[in-house]
Amino acid sequence: MTATTTSSAVARTYRDYDRPLWQRILLTREAAIIGLLVIVAVVASVSVRGFGQPITLTYLLLDVMPILLIALPMTLIMITGEIDLSVASIVGLSSVLTGVLTQAGLPFEVAAVVALIAGAVCGAVNGFLVTVVGLPSLAVTIGTLALFRGLAVGLLGTTAITDFPDFWTDLAKMRVGGSNIPLVLFLFLALLVVFTVLLHFTPFGRGIYAIGLSKSAAHFSGVHVERTKMILFVLSGLVAALAGIFYTLRFGSARGDNATGLELQVIAAVVLGGVSVFGGRGAIHGVIAGVLLIGVLASALRLANVTSDVINIITGALLVLSVVTNSFLAWLRTRRRAPGGKPRVEASTAG
Amino acid sequence: MQTDPAQTLAPPMLELSKVVKSFGPVVALRSGSLRLEQGSIHALVGENGAGKSTLVKIVAGLYRRDGGDLRLRGEEVDFTSTAQSKAAGIAVIYQEPTLFPDLTVTENIFMGRQPTGRFGRIDRKAMRHEAEALFQRLGVRIDPERPAEGLSIADQQVIEIAKAVSLDARVLIMDEPTAALSGVEVDRLFAVARSLRDEGRALLFISHRFDEIFALCDTVTVMRDGAYVATTPIADTTVDELVRQMVGRDVTELFPKTEAEIGEPLLEVEGLTRTGVFHDISFSVRAGEIVGLAGLVGAGRSEVARAVFGVDPYESGTVRLNGRTLPRRRPDTAIRAGLALVPEDRRKQGLVLESSVAQNIALVIRNELAKAGLITTGMENRAAKVWASRLEVKTNALSTVAGTLSGGNQQKVVLGKWLATEPTVLIIDEPTRGIDVGTKAEVHRLLSELAGRGMGILMISSELPEVLGMADRVLVMREGRITAEIDRSDATSENVMFAATHADGAHA
Repeated sequence: MTATTTSSAVARTYRDYDRPLWQRILLTREAAIIGLLVIVAVVASVSVRGFGQPITLTYLLLDVMPILLIALPMTLIMITGEIDLSVASIVGLSSVLTGVLTQAGLPFEVAAVVALIAGAVCGAVNGFLVTVVGLPSLAVTIGTLALFRGLAVGLLGTTAITDFPDFWTDLAKMRVGGSNIPLVLFLFLALLVVFTVLLHFTPFGRGIYAIGLSKSAAHFSGVHVERTKMILFVLSGLVAALAGIFYTLRFGSARGDNATGLELQVIAAVVLGGVSVFGGRGAIHGVIAGVLLIGVLASALRLANVTSDVINIITGALLVLSVVTNSFLAWLRTRRRAPGGKPRVEASTAG
Repeated sequence: MQTDPAQTLAPPMLELSKVVKSFGPVVALRSGSLRLEQGSIHALVGENGAGKSTLVKIVAGLYRRDGGDLRLRGEEVDFTSTAQSKAAGIAVIYQEPTLFPDLTVTENIFMGRQPTGRFGRIDRKAMRHEAEALFQRLGVRIDPERPAEGLSIADQQVIEIAKAVSLDARVLIMDEPTAALSGVEVDRLFAVARSLRDEGRALLFISHRFDEIFALCDTVTVMRDGAYVATTPIADTTVDELVRQMVGRDVTELFPKTEAEIGEPLLEVEGLTRTGVFHDISFSVRAGEIVGLAGLVGAGRSEVARAVFGVDPYESGTVRLNGRTLPRRRPDTAIRAGLALVPEDRRKQGLVLESSVAQNIALVIRNELAKAGLITTGMENRAAKVWASRLEVKTNALSTVAGTLSGGNQQKVVLGKWLATEPTVLIIDEPTRGIDVGTKAEVHRLLSELAGRGMGILMISSELPEVLGMADRVLVMREGRITAEIDRSDATSENVMFAATHADGAHA
């Protein structure tokens, strides 16, 4: 620290990073998940009969589409340190609203727009309770999980509405040209660009990370903590409603219990993709890899005639393992460097 | 260094000689030596980064040394865990104790080793009696039955000390215990420390405050750059001598406020009131002026600063900046209007500790950096580089995590982050708390320079020499009210302290 006297005349130069580029890219949790995804996909194509067929890709993408969509806003919410458990219920509610309104004679397009607005309102309710009333999002969204699901089932009972315009149900399953790429993938890619830019390349995104790491430091730095969270909950509701409309069209069926339990799959994939449940850490590409990893694994195992219970056990074990590895690696890093990091700095600044 | 023959015969309570500790290629402690005698209070001083914390952590069993001797009552010891260090009779009291807020004071003291009665039931009565006896012995009055939640930091420290005493710790290490205490609380802590010394315990007192060291300690050891410099009986040394030993040079002028042209009022606060916190606060800060805001801890100074900046609410009154009235509770508007606040709690409010230096510096100006609404790491790094080098932040890479920097360097990052907004008025709350002498002088020089360029500065400080040396005008707060406004030429430590402690301070 006597550098103040001995070296103040020498202009200090700063490197941008303390690690080389390859380390910053490869030694990340995101890279590990992407690597694992590639390995699992290769192994599955080689060893599981039928997995290598192009049609598998189509169904795989259609299956994980609702999770992919909802995972986008969920990533942002979880990076702020909050959580939204009500998404699957919003999927159900949006599905039922689309069905009921179409049955009542409204054009499908109008019904879908109403469902989207309802989704945004659901998100705003969550956001209001979290930011204005100041309740923890875990408690709030457990409550609204039951509330929105209750509304969905209450509106339609246990029946299903299956009468939708063919144009829309075909569109939901349509493939591009003669390929096996479903058209709906482009809807997802558009949203992917929007959320990636929002999180990683805007001042708003910088605020999201700051909130997750230190709410009070963010507040003292002029970040709108509450407004940011409100916006994210509304986006989450909106995207969940969109996923609900897709879900309805894909299966041609509006039911109150559509997508029950989907929220846990979304959160599992987001956590697997490297988003910290404590907030402040994570990236979109990791989350996408996380969703696809769970999807590929489930699809391959199903083709290999593994029962769904066992698939659940395997994905569950993978999730636990990934969380444990993460903490283990963090622990290892702090041991390898200076505990708490401070002494390292003391000495490195001493000369 | 003790000259008393009786004490040189008995082995010292705790002795470290030439202790070495490195983390990978980085040497944190080159040669740490320290000798604690029983019945004595020993001060350990040094700039931030001198290796004091590393040395304490080795004694506490948090780190294992790589070389050198560690002896307790003459016997070689090697702690591999904090439990071993505790069992050997060593207690460390940190600046901010961690108590269980929902448990009572008594339960906190006896956590994990509650006295039990029949069938292993916890004997609450015995526990309370013992706690009462402890407090009586320490000469403090804390209700043993109240929950720990809401206790002042001073009381929490006393509880940690009580815990140490009940464990019969022979060596007590206090790491900057007074940093967050007010004058009265410091006096009480010192009384407790002296009574522990008189019981024959060995105390180590780490502090940046020389007046306290000279008031309390018997011996002082100076460290610099991870190595032992000197140990001297307190009576044989002076502040100048200690500072010279700490920095390896003479610090001629610690508080170099230079004359600056005082201009128009920039920040005008009128009748600001928040019930129970502060009342009818009016003042102004003019261009080129440093206004000192003095007072005891808890007088409401930081609360006023936060309300003016907009992170805390207020009920009535107005805040005007450059003639424009600022809305309540809108820090972003205040920032855009040209106001900056370097907050009191650097680690919680000033910095996102887990973010990099670059991200921290770029956080407030992220909207200004963005082009067409988009921002990249490259833009952040370019902006951060300017401020890191202007303030001479000591780190190699901009991606260094802010939390790993020393206190002084963290403060520079906070300053850089706010100066990057090019404010017209800077509010700075405890600008040099917990930072070393060298950086302190740099911060003072910087503030003086900023004022010289026409910035208005409101400086909250609990260190009187800092206030008297830097401020053109001193405002004194007591219990939520401004009790005096004293011009630079009239301000003395006596009249400022008087206004801070007496209701009719204005007539001092």
